[in-house]
Amino acid sequence: MNEILEGLKAASWLVLTFDSDLVEITLRSLQVTLTAVAIASLIGLPLGAWLAVHRFRHRRATIALLNALMGLPPVVVGLVVYLLLSRAGPFGVLDLLFTPTAMILAQIVIVTPLIASISHQAMRDLWASYHDLLISISTRKRQRIATLLWDGRRALITAALAGFGRAIGEVGAIMIVGGNIEHATRVLTTAIALETGKGNFDLALGLGFVLIALAILVNVTTHMIGRTESEGKW
Amino acid sequence: MIRVFALISTLCLTLFASVAQAQTLKLAVTTSFNNSGLSDVLLPAIKQDTGIEVQLLIVGTGQALRLGKAGDVDAILVHSRAAEEAFVAEGYGTYRREIMYNDFVLIGPAEDPAGISGAPTATQALQRIFGQQAVFVSRGDDSGTHKMERTLWTAAGLEPDTFKGWYRPVGAGMGAALNTASGMNAYLMADRASWLNFANKGDLALLYAGDPVLFNQYAFIPVDPARFPHVKNNLVQKLESWLTSERAAGLINGYQINGETLFTFNANPVP
Repeated sequence: MNEILEGLKAASWLVLTFDSDLVEITLRSLQVTLTAVAIASLIGLPLGAWLAVHRFRHRRATIALLNALMGLPPVVVGLVVYLLLSRAGPFGVLDLLFTPTAMILAQIVIVTPLIASISHQAMRDLWASYHDLLISISTRKRQRIATLLWDGRRALITAALAGFGRAIGEVGAIMIVGGNIEHATRVLTTAIALETGKGNFDLALGLGFVLIALAILVNVTTHMIGRTESEGKW
Repeated sequence: MIRVFALISTLCLTLFASVAQAQTLKLAVTTSFNNSGLSDVLLPAIKQDTGIEVQLLIVGTGQALRLGKAGDVDAILVHSRAAEEAFVAEGYGTYRREIMYNDFVLIGPAEDPAGISGAPTATQALQRIFGQQAVFVSRGDDSGTHKMERTLWTAAGLEPDTFKGWYRPVGAGMGAALNTASGMNAYLMADRASWLNFANKGDLALLYAGDPVLFNQYAFIPVDPARFPHVKNNLVQKLESWLTSERAAGLINGYQINGETLFTFNANPVP
């Protein structure tokens, strides 16, 4: 219990003194995760809507597979991305290993199935009620998807936030592909792992509280901008 | 929404820009080099004297050698002589240059149920732990420390693979293994530097040290530029001459925790 209090104290101290290392790794955490979630949303949200609207042969199997991929183990993703980006691997010449870009790539792989699955779930329900209308005014498939995405935007924000939640706290993959290099690829989660290894539990816990506060901040900000839950309407 | 995106993209760009500057070099090092705190002293001095920003990949010796074999780092600084010599012999590294040493120590519960603190040799200390079947945490991660520990068990006439439940390989770095041992009040082998700098000692104490077999040599190996043309060999050469300089000697020999010297500089002239 005492150590948790020490952690809270360390967290407040780091924040109040505006510790430059803390600011740096916090911004990098945000940079990596927000970029990854933005790109994953660009892929996952339309994919989810498309799966809701389009009928094809292996649709059920595709959806089942997508749902299963939500549980993709980050360490395995990290290892595969490492082997691809390694100098000895197929994309070695790009020199991307141990850079924030590599971390973003790994997180995109982890987060896209999650965003696509949640998006598909929401779009399917919406499609059930929009189906007759959109068919009767003879819209094209692209228009249907656009309508669903726009009218379901609140649910899609939730999908993106779920992706953010999974990515911001992730350590296994980015540790492998990023290497936890100080001033280059160190982020909040890898710094927590490092400080735990040194036995500096109060500092590790302090960084943990900063991470939790950051996640809350991003969620609250998103809701404020989207004005969800404020006007009692969609 | 557009404004938020604009803000985020500006943020990303500034961060990317700050990463690209300066001459950087990737060095894979053992966890002990960083956990001991020595890297925090040496890296700023290297930056100041040579302008090189050394990016550390803190991993076990096994993984460090692996990174070198794939050409993903420019040089490695590790401590497992046999594995290093194999690395050079297989043509991944150009040569092996000794830089400094410290020693391994045996850590355990302060009350020392196996009575190793009075043991005449390190191997006899291990035999006493075996005799008591006292809980022993092993790194189990193919690191330099792990290799050394296995060598000592073998020298004691014992085979770790046949040990029962009291022997716990955790498959983790020095810090994580120390945390585990602290939680279980178990014995383990650690390098002196990591032990002294470790903040979560709990009831653990340094019980045995001083046997010459516990000598722990650190060596610097440049990754072979003939095999990997992208390796920054000129920066590696600059770093090596710095690491073997008088200035490095002063910093390494002068680095202390609680008044104890952690590392001894012993680099030789160019091989």
